[in-house]
Amino acid sequence: MLDPWLASLSDPLFRLPLLVGLLLAALLPVIGALLMLRDEWLAALGLAHVAAASALLGNALGLPTLIGGTAGALAGGALKTRFEARGNVAYAFMILVGWSATLLIGANTELGERLAHALVEGQLYFAGVSELIAALALIGAALWILPRILPQLLRSRFFPRFEQANALPAWRWHLRMDLLAAASLAIGTLSVGLMGAFALVLIPAWVTFQIAPSWRWTLIGSGLVGVTSYLAAFALALQLDQPFGPMMVAVLVGIAAIMTLLRSWPGSPSAS
Amino acid sequence: MSGVDGGVLLRLDGLTAGYRQPVVGPLSLALRRGERLGVWGPNGTGKSTLLKAIGHAAQVFAGRVERAPGLRVAYLDQQPVRLPAMPITGRELLRAAGATTRGAPEALEAILRRRIDRLSGGQYQLLWIWSALATDADLVLLDEPTNNLDPGRRDRLIEILTTRHSDQALILVSHDRDFLQRTCSHLLDLENGEVKHA
Repeated sequence: MLDPWLASLSDPLFRLPLLVGLLLAALLPVIGALLMLRDEWLAALGLAHVAAASALLGNALGLPTLIGGTAGALAGGALKTRFEARGNVAYAFMILVGWSATLLIGANTELGERLAHALVEGQLYFAGVSELIAALALIGAALWILPRILPQLLRSRFFPRFEQANALPAWRWHLRMDLLAAASLAIGTLSVGLMGAFALVLIPAWVTFQIAPSWRWTLIGSGLVGVTSYLAAFALALQLDQPFGPMMVAVLVGIAAIMTLLRSWPGSPSAS
Repeated sequence: MSGVDGGVLLRLDGLTAGYRQPVVGPLSLALRRGERLGVWGPNGTGKSTLLKAIGHAAQVFAGRVERAPGLRVAYLDQQPVRLPAMPITGRELLRAAGATTRGAPEALEAILRRRIDRLSGGQYQLLWIWSALATDADLVLLDEPTNNLDPGRRDRLIEILTTRHSDQALILVSHDRDFLQRTCSHLLDLENGEVKHA
């Protein structure tokens, strides 16, 4: 029964897209856990919209979508730090601006319309070497940045007076986090689609926030839930001949629903 | 820093502070290593604003806040941060604060492995206060530390504050005058701006 699934995962045609998605499925949930810690989970959707809009804009100006999308999202993240816009309101505005720009640019250019559609659905099967290089560079940046800013981000969340009272340059680690989130969401959106990237950031982190015994296991568990659900969605989409983005979202929503049911079951720790 | 010497960690010199307009002051005092200053006064006299001015979170309208060079400050607000879900253990919270578990009371040792969102309000409050006291901060600012504490845990906090051997300077803001008298070496009454030995 597992043979067709395993065959679809090892098909040479899809090996590169599979690898690109796997790298992103491991990283995006960890970014999601950090955004949820900062109560900025809407960041995923805001940055994804900005990335989509700037990818289209860049495309209209002759830039590759990966460059245009990433540059736009990074600019969004930097502006958010510059204006000290904390919380979900900043991201709500990004969603509105991004949505409006995406549809307007799409409606006024022929290529833009197709690209806008692809960004919303996800175009993972078309991921190539440039997406792989971008994903590897992103993982490398995350491995370098996260160990350096994780302690500060935790301290900043739970001891919000500390930085100000000691006149520390807190903007440095907040900017690094905002830029890392922006780059992750941009490359994620351009690979697994707008809603797929949003779901990978939000749902694994949401699940592990409910059940993980510690912060360490929240980060590890988020990555594991992301990778597992990604592999299931990839195989299901190929086997059932379905678009990947919606399948990714469906699998993650299914996991969230199962966990909610289990936790509300009579006798479970959270139900009692 | 000029004017701060002779073991003085913090000096307020004619300080008037507030937000859009002055709330507290003018106040002058000096705090030395190992001293514990209790700040008392009725609601609205600017107890928390005074801490905020020292912690760079309120506007200084007149006078000065002088700190010893390299002074490290731990500053806790009235209420610990509470999120809908907090998958952080007590030990991880202390590590984030740069606090040690060495010398922690038994009541805290027992909860260090538990998620902080599964602690009672009083347990979390004690852990939160320990996260400031057990750091290498020279000056600890605690705003209403007896919030959420039942009488038993209030007594435990008094025991922690009075039996710890530390040269940290403390400023405690509280509406609970008895608590301040039992834990502090000096009292500042904001109704008249006078500092007295407790």
